[in-house]
Amino acid sequence: MSAIIVVILLGTLVLRLTHLQITSHDHFTTLSHENRVKLVPLPPTRGLIYDRKGVILAQNLPTHSLEITPEQVKDIDKTLVDLAQIITISEDDLSRFHRLRKQKRRFDSIPIKIHLNENEVAQFAVNRHHFPGVDIQARLLRDYPQGESTAHVVGYVARINQKELEEIDNSNYAGTSHIGKTGLEKTYEDELHGKVGMQQVEVNALGRVIRILENQPPEPGKDIHLHLDAHLQVTAAKAFDQKNGAAVAIDPNTGGILALISKPGFDPNLFVEGISSAAYNALQQSDDNPLFDRALRGQYPPGSTVKPFVGLAGLETETITFEKKKFCPGFYQLPKHEHKYRDWKKHGHGRTDMEKSIVESCDVYYYDLAHDMGIDKMSSFLGQFGFGGKTMIDITGELHGLLPSREWKKQSRNLAWYPGETLIMGIGQGYFLTTPIQLASATATLANNGLHRTPRIVKQIINTDQSEAEIPEQPEPTQVPIIKQKNWDDIIYAMTQVVHGMRGTARRIRTKEYRIAAKTGTAQVFTVKQDEEYDEETVSDKMRDHALFIAFAPVDNPQIAVAVIVEHGGHGGSVAAPIARTIMDHYLLSDSATKPQEQK
Amino acid sequence: MLKSAPSREFSQSTPAKPQGALAGLHLDLPLLSGLILLCSFGLIVLYSASDQSMAQVERQLIRLGLAFIVMVIIAQIHPQQLRYWSPWLFGIGILMLIAVLIFGHTGKGAQRWLDLGLFRFQPSELMKLAVPMMVAWFLSEAPLPPNWRRLLIATVLIIVPVLMIAKQPDLGTSLLVASAGIFVLFLAGVRWRLIISFITLLAALAPALWYLMRDYQRQRVLTFLNPETDPLGSGYHIIQSKIAIGSGGIYGKGWLNGTQSQLDFLPESSTDFIFAVLAEEFGLVGILVLLAIYLFIILRGLYIAAKAHDTYSRLLGGALTLVVFVYLFVNTGMVTGLLPVVGVPLPLVSYGGTSLVTLMAGFGILMSIHTHRKLLPT
Repeated sequence: MSAIIVVILLGTLVLRLTHLQITSHDHFTTLSHENRVKLVPLPPTRGLIYDRKGVILAQNLPTHSLEITPEQVKDIDKTLVDLAQIITISEDDLSRFHRLRKQKRRFDSIPIKIHLNENEVAQFAVNRHHFPGVDIQARLLRDYPQGESTAHVVGYVARINQKELEEIDNSNYAGTSHIGKTGLEKTYEDELHGKVGMQQVEVNALGRVIRILENQPPEPGKDIHLHLDAHLQVTAAKAFDQKNGAAVAIDPNTGGILALISKPGFDPNLFVEGISSAAYNALQQSDDNPLFDRALRGQYPPGSTVKPFVGLAGLETETITFEKKKFCPGFYQLPKHEHKYRDWKKHGHGRTDMEKSIVESCDVYYYDLAHDMGIDKMSSFLGQFGFGGKTMIDITGELHGLLPSREWKKQSRNLAWYPGETLIMGIGQGYFLTTPIQLASATATLANNGLHRTPRIVKQIINTDQSEAEIPEQPEPTQVPIIKQKNWDDIIYAMTQVVHGMRGTARRIRTKEYRIAAKTGTAQVFTVKQDEEYDEETVSDKMRDHALFIAFAPVDNPQIAVAVIVEHGGHGGSVAAPIARTIMDHYLLSDSATKPQEQK
Repeated sequence: MLKSAPSREFSQSTPAKPQGALAGLHLDLPLLSGLILLCSFGLIVLYSASDQSMAQVERQLIRLGLAFIVMVIIAQIHPQQLRYWSPWLFGIGILMLIAVLIFGHTGKGAQRWLDLGLFRFQPSELMKLAVPMMVAWFLSEAPLPPNWRRLLIATVLIIVPVLMIAKQPDLGTSLLVASAGIFVLFLAGVRWRLIISFITLLAALAPALWYLMRDYQRQRVLTFLNPETDPLGSGYHIIQSKIAIGSGGIYGKGWLNGTQSQLDFLPESSTDFIFAVLAEEFGLVGILVLLAIYLFIILRGLYIAAKAHDTYSRLLGGALTLVVFVYLFVNTGMVTGLLPVVGVPLPLVSYGGTSLVTLMAGFGILMSIHTHRKLLPT
């Protein structure tokens, strides 16, 4: 009887086993496979960024952190106390350690202190045998050795946020924690990031890797070489001293950006491992607005720097000749209008031809020229130099300028164009706005005899194994139509006199080494009332005019075109011009050793 | 039904044939062969289940050796002697259970151990033998089937130690002790109807039982009913065990090649869940071999009980054999997901010493019953 029951029950058991091992065998085999085999992404190494001479602007530095593997430590609390005696461990370090410890597995190593300095590494290395389960780990961390000076150009990487997570190819970023947030790091994210690799591993129940089943190595990100000159960048930034502003230098022969400065800068390294909110708020709320890229996003009235272009417009449209003289009494009035449009020189420049109007920067001359030419001709001519649009430089975030025109005013404000607005546009004021990069690009076009090249910061993109160099796409150069070559030569002659002439507004930067063509400018930040006078002494710093300067050199074989804006700097000739001179000197003179190979 | 069974079958006892040298040692060759076969198979599986730890296999081998010695010693004791000791053993067992409840050593959330200085002793293990011995002794004092009064007393004799063990709490052992006692009643010819109504009564008391259960015991029952609700918690054992068994298929993944057990997905792989290791690595074929060995041992045990010369031996031998089956069924039922997780080892295969000694002592009693028959017929 008992035997029968035993056999029946064992039969039930065998039935159950048959069900599990035969009927559901495939199902459980799949589950068992899923248990055991895991895909581990292998993040690619991010590509490096070099300047034109191979100076590193962005690299991956191994950073040392002290890490504890709980599994291998007998008494963690005691270990922490002992560690604190040889290395400073802050409350923050401790709380992060305890937080991570809860999230991670026993055999994962957990950082107790990150960014060890050399002393601390040495200090621990000596005592290492006292701390089983504690070790120093090296990880790759993005580092910007040039710091502030290239912060806006290169940008920075930081941890991927929720929004980016939704946009990126998640499989390719499976092992990546950081992504380019601004500047080149963002623009060239695809090239810099590379392709993720995959490892198929067998893991045990705790997730520990037992062995590697299959390995597909990652494809490292490509290295980026720039036209930018890191030393020039630093030198130019230094020349600004404590002042805010922007400077852009372009090689007119290639459109390559040699320097792109926005002052003040910030330390991009702060962002890589997550900036503290205090530090971020300080940057964000600073009146100097260091996070703002003035070179690409700063919109300034071009002021008198626009005069050579307006002058050229007058010549090419045959509104005026180079030699024709106008009388400047210190102000200008439209027929039948009371309003006086002032010249910066109270008592006027007297009889003024175009050369003098550029050299001494006579406003009245351009009020009259603009009035004669009319808004439509002026606006369309200036548009050929790229005013108003974007230069389409290969860094994201560039802003438009604003080139006023009848249509623009009609469209945006639904208002008719007033003749007075034509006058002040002739001296680069009013609605007229340019960005420093635009101004530099227009200057390069002028230097290049009307041949316009789209500015490019990246020279080439190179695979890490050096096998392939890729030159980023640059639109075909466009030519500003030349009606009469003499007109262009005359304007450039006049611009040369700005520096080299006896009465030139930028004569203080004159040099014997090479000849410079330039124009100074001052952009009004606040409008002087009709009966008042602008008095530099009494106006507060924030209300002082912006100082502007454009230049290219050498005149007969232009190698560099520069635009400099110093916010609230006052006169262009005295503040902005010396900065431009420093940039040109550095590029044309001190660089001569390496310069020739760069020349075409 | 069983009431009629003994009279004929048991009276036709034939004298045992001489069994060579083993007979002198009071050992039963078929049973001994079955046990050695089972233990050897068990050690092979244990080597794989313990992450190929020879040290663990050696420790188990030593325990098996000790257990075999205990078995051989007990086999020498005459059943009449055992019968005489039964009430005393039961009394000592009860006293020790009381001691455990008062001074007991707590381990893994349960109070099961009595620290005797030199070693720790688990009195509940003793009761696995003492309860069936006591009930068999009590019922064999009067003609079978027992009358209502004796049946009631016998029930009390079972329930008291079972409740004391359940209180420790040790559900697995109390279940085994209870079944050992109930099997004696069953073999003594208690009506089926009675046992069924008793079980029905228990089922009716289930809600009350639920109330008495510890949290972790309730959790186990809940998990058994639906393991997928808590795949990383309590259900993890059952899910991983089912994966191990199912992925083993007919022929298994091969010795030492079971990924579930070798990579530690299977918890308790060398103790309570060792059956799943076997199923994964040796497949259904391996399982059938194992079950065949068990079946052989159990049938041999039942045969010995059937051939016993006195009522006490018959009841005790049958109950002890059936307890081995309960071990087997509860463990395999748990591992295959048929029954809730109850801490019952796979007899003679699971790693661990305590139950091993008790089981072997039980086999020792069986051998004693068989080999002492003709020498002193009752």
